Amino acid sequence: MNSLFPSIVSRSQSSGLMNFFVPIISIVLTLITGSIIFVLLGFDPFYALYTFFISPISSTYGISELFVKATPLALIAIGLSYCFKNNIYNIGAEGQLTMGAIFGGGIGILFHDTNAFWLLPLMIFGGAIGGALWGLIPAILKTKFNTNEILTSLMLVYVALYILDYLVVGPWKDPFGYSFPKSRPFSESGRMPLLFDGLRVHFGLIITLFLIFVSWFIFSKTIFGFQLKVSGYSPKAARYAGFNQTTLVFFAFAICGAFAGIAGLAEVSGPIGLLYRDISPNYGFTAIIVAFLGRLHPIGIIFASLVIALTYLGAEDAQLFLQIPSAVGFIFQGLVLFYLLGAELLINYKLTYKKLL
Amino acid sequence: MSDTILNIENITKSFPRVIANKKVTFDIKKNAVHAILGENGAGKSTLVKILYGLLEPDEGNIKLNNKDFKVNSPAEARKQGIGMVFQHFSLFDSLSVKENLILGIDEKMSYSDLENKLENISSRYNLPLDLDAPITALSAGEKQRVEIVRILLQDPQILIMDEPTSVLTPQEVESLFVTLNALVKEGRTILYITHKLEEVISICDTVTIMRSGEIIDTSSTSNQTAKTLATKMLGQKLDDLKTNYGHIKDEVNFEVKNISCDFNDPFLTDLKNISFQVRVGEIYGIAGVAGNGQSELMDILTGENINIKSGSITFDNKKIEKYGPQKRRDLSISFVPENRLGHSAVPELSLSDNILLSQFPKNNFIKNGIILKNNVDDFANKVINEFKVITPGNDAKASSLSGGNLQKYVIGREISSKPKILIISHPTWGIDAGAEHSIRESLIELSQNGTSIIVISQDLDELIEITHKISVIYDGNLSKPFKTSEVGIEKLGLLMGGKNE
Repeated sequence: MNSLFPSIVSRSQSSGLMNFFVPIISIVLTLITGSIIFVLLGFDPFYALYTFFISPISSTYGISELFVKATPLALIAIGLSYCFKNNIYNIGAEGQLTMGAIFGGGIGILFHDTNAFWLLPLMIFGGAIGGALWGLIPAILKTKFNTNEILTSLMLVYVALYILDYLVVGPWKDPFGYSFPKSRPFSESGRMPLLFDGLRVHFGLIITLFLIFVSWFIFSKTIFGFQLKVSGYSPKAARYAGFNQTTLVFFAFAICGAFAGIAGLAEVSGPIGLLYRDISPNYGFTAIIVAFLGRLHPIGIIFASLVIALTYLGAEDAQLFLQIPSAVGFIFQGLVLFYLLGAELLINYKLTYKKLL
Repeated sequence: MSDTILNIENITKSFPRVIANKKVTFDIKKNAVHAILGENGAGKSTLVKILYGLLEPDEGNIKLNNKDFKVNSPAEARKQGIGMVFQHFSLFDSLSVKENLILGIDEKMSYSDLENKLENISSRYNLPLDLDAPITALSAGEKQRVEIVRILLQDPQILIMDEPTSVLTPQEVESLFVTLNALVKEGRTILYITHKLEEVISICDTVTIMRSGEIIDTSSTSNQTAKTLATKMLGQKLDDLKTNYGHIKDEVNFEVKNISCDFNDPFLTDLKNISFQVRVGEIYGIAGVAGNGQSELMDILTGENINIKSGSITFDNKKIEKYGPQKRRDLSISFVPENRLGHSAVPELSLSDNILLSQFPKNNFIKNGIILKNNVDDFANKVINEFKVITPGNDAKASSLSGGNLQKYVIGREISSKPKILIISHPTWGIDAGAEHSIRESLIELSQNGTSIIVISQDLDELIEITHKISVIYDGNLSKPFKTSEVGIEKLGLLMGGKNE
């Protein structure tokens, strides 16, 4: 007779198959749990799941919106992988995104009546610098004072949000904006070009795909990517190899910050077109889930960003058609992360049923 | 009445890639010291883990006192009268001896009961203990005593000792043997797991020899010699290694002068005024019991720690004490720290990738920041072939290799870059005799080709076998060097125990 409950046994080698299946397992479990929640709320689970996950992408417009949402998620997530591969827990991407939007958007506001080809590149560059500088603050604190980057990077998110708040109600307020907390709109050449007429999907997608490709190259082909990986797996081995870990921390934070900053700038110069309070529906935090769901792999992150983007769209549709609060979207994101962390166990452990005596 | 206490019949245990025990069958006599001798990976640990309830056999059965014996956990095994002292101690460093003992026993016991029992055990078996001392303050031998006492509190019939002497000084070994003899006189049985031949002959009554998971022979030790045991254990004759002083040049190329280093950390040993010189082609050994400053000294020699209080390191007339590891490698200094997994190699990475941890200027592995994968793979293949590393290929993960194979690979990686000096810590720690022999041979060959070598090791036999000069480190002090061919093992043993006349 076998025992009722499986026992957890360590695998001799981590399972490559499970590495692939863990994200799928966690998505399936999320859907099951989601259906249970819908039933408890009194909805037909199939109709609810259809409204949540199918109907949002059953039109060209819907698919374009999916890419609009997936773009910042994927870009921030690939930036976060530089940190996570190095075992640095930067969870302040939302702040770095905001700072990128402030720097890049600030350039857009400064040149609001200029139309020139160099404006958008300059804004993108500004966004990258803003995000990178904001990312370097926790890096300096960590390397000089040994502070915990989880706390510092998180707290800096709120600092950045309040700076943006101050700017859009104070010095950068639109003089013709009837006192609404928003800035002037950027000039036409300060906007991300649209890829298709009538759809909101914009040039930021191309930048994101390009940076994902570059990151793939860095992770798999360069000594820098190798150093990040080694220092993440084993700081002692990295010290033995003579890799400069302080430099690695700085680079990881700067790159992550720059990517998040570009994502922020792409949001304000893409779909939004100006600066205001709520430029990001927590993209910087949600991207953490995307990074792990994609297992820090460039291709995985592309797929994960689409899945998570769908929860944003589904939440909007669910609010419209089912009158469910859109926060249900966050519940789904939370569930995915919860199951993902749980299912990670299967990579290095397996479940076996012990024989009872 | 039979005088057999334990019958082991046809025990088989297989793991995903190996059969660790193949139809293992032998009997253990009551009231004796029974040795299980074998290389690392021969299946000794698997067998005792089965006896101690940590693993479940696939087949076979065990009888204790002619009754079926089957346990699912160490606690059950202890209840049935089997206790085990592990090679690596499982004690809480920051707690006192008394607290560790209370935590380690299965039944409830008051402090006063415990103290009475302890006094009894301490005096009967020559196991003196300071109950209030914190574990950190104890030597390896004293920690082992705590482990033994903890098991004896539960009054076992059979005591399993896993490589008990691997961390002890020769003097501590002797006192352990007194204890073991007292235990046997009382009617207890000791199952003694080891790969040291001399120990088998000096204290064991019967020996079971294992090789690749199978029993080769079980016999009385009285008609065995170290040579016959070694042949059975290894299955092949080993060439004797000979120390040769002829090739050493007079020129000193590595000199450590008055290095002192304070750590302000109870878990680290401060280094006190350490000086030594190594000549071209010389193998310089640093002996000592673990925890006397070896790893602290190693970090300073490799450049992983450059925060020294005073002193200097000179190599080829350059002051290098402030150089980090990469700058030292650029001067053709190479090093292999004690831990393979996570220090000299990253278990999660492939063998090829592990090559990149240690790069020398002439390697040509990187161009403009991009890894030249072909060059790295070629180098990895060369190391695998030349050092006979058993692995499916250079893309296998380092964690999939056995300890000995990975160590051969790591040392091969360093030797293949033809360093001017190799600094190596515990080169054959925890690996099988075959790999041990081939590593020692390659070190000797390297020195004959003009490379200086510094070996830090706890294994005195190893140092005596391969080094030309030897010093002992004790509590952060390094003794003067002795010519290995002239110094006696007793002298070294005394120095290792901190006795310096």
